[in-house]
Amino acid sequence: MENVSPWVIFFAAIFTGNILLTYFLGMCSFLSVSKQIKTAVGLGVAVTFVLSMTSALNYLVYYRILVPLQLEYLRYIVFIVVIAATVQLLEMFIERYSEGLYINLGIFLPLITVNCAILGVSLFMVIRKYTFIQSVLFGTGSGLGWLLAILAMAGIRERLNEEKIPQPLRGPGITLIITGIMAMAFIGFSGIVQIQ
Amino acid sequence: MVKSKAIEVIRDDLWKNNPVTVQILGICSTLAVTNIFLNTLVMGLGLTFVTGFSALTISLLRNIIPSRVRMMVQTLVISSFVVIVDISLKAYVPNISRALGPYVGLIITNCIIMGRLEAFSSSNKPGIAFLDGILSGIGYSWILLVIAFFRELLGFGTFLGMPVLNPLMQSLGASNGWIQWSFMIMAPGGFFMLALFIWVSNSLAAGKMAAEKK
Repeated sequence: MENVSPWVIFFAAIFTGNILLTYFLGMCSFLSVSKQIKTAVGLGVAVTFVLSMTSALNYLVYYRILVPLQLEYLRYIVFIVVIAATVQLLEMFIERYSEGLYINLGIFLPLITVNCAILGVSLFMVIRKYTFIQSVLFGTGSGLGWLLAILAMAGIRERLNEEKIPQPLRGPGITLIITGIMAMAFIGFSGIVQIQ
Repeated sequence: MVKSKAIEVIRDDLWKNNPVTVQILGICSTLAVTNIFLNTLVMGLGLTFVTGFSALTISLLRNIIPSRVRMMVQTLVISSFVVIVDISLKAYVPNISRALGPYVGLIITNCIIMGRLEAFSSSNKPGIAFLDGILSGIGYSWILLVIAFFRELLGFGTFLGMPVLNPLMQSLGASNGWIQWSFMIMAPGGFFMLALFIWVSNSLAAGKMAAEKK
């Protein structure tokens, strides 16, 4: 993977290989928090921020600690602990130094530990053998791609409130159908950049 | 008394309060592998194993774990069982393990497991907690298997890798055989299939409720 430009990976993570629309990661919070644009943006920004930090940290932990000790099989446990610790520290840090940011962003942080996109990005990074720079840009790009998807969905759902939708399809049903249509639209990007 | 509780757990986990269609939990990690039936089956077995045994472990330890750190303990217990599943898959079915890729590891962040541990195992006896864990796993897997069945059938025209629709279409007189819906293999197919499933199950539930009112 070393010969691929990190920026190609960055754009691929946003458009062609969108973490949500092609890999189904982060669906739980996507379905439950996409009702309003404001909260969707808050969560999206928090996810992007945490993703870029944890992909860097997990890269260092994996290649500097686990690989030399031949403990690769422990990566699930170690990654989830690193993610939980990062989120916790970040929350304390933001609470201490910026009250405005804490009110806007802090409330979403506890939700992020269980967001599968975070762990998923770290695992993809290991499987695809990215370098450090590639991993960080892959993490940031995936976060932005997730932000884009949840923002678009929140915009659509705000308008859906006034529409007549068959009762059994309301809520998750119609959201999944729209997600499917969005995923189809994103397949249109697939010619722009090619990775794997 | 004990028996009636067990029956209630069985009914709730498999249909009435099904984790996927009613609670919409944990669809992230496994929807991605539903384009091939066999992979989904392996994933479902792995998930059921993890849910069952972490429920048992947490239930056994429920009086020892301090409540402040219980989330962390639950996560660690789940990840340990996921490591077991991952290593076993790598050893016995390496091809499937490669195809599942990171999604085995993502069982850790599957909200169903954490949800059951928090809501049920941490306040119930080991036996019933283990039953609940196993059944939540099965309740989750059978829905994904239905989805996988249709996605593989329409997308590849096969079931468990055996060609089904191609010979069928040819015997009906279509010279081209079955034309594969490649759309079903890609991500949108998964989203649409799950949406349809939720639609059908909600309609059935609504119809039943209306019948009960009368």
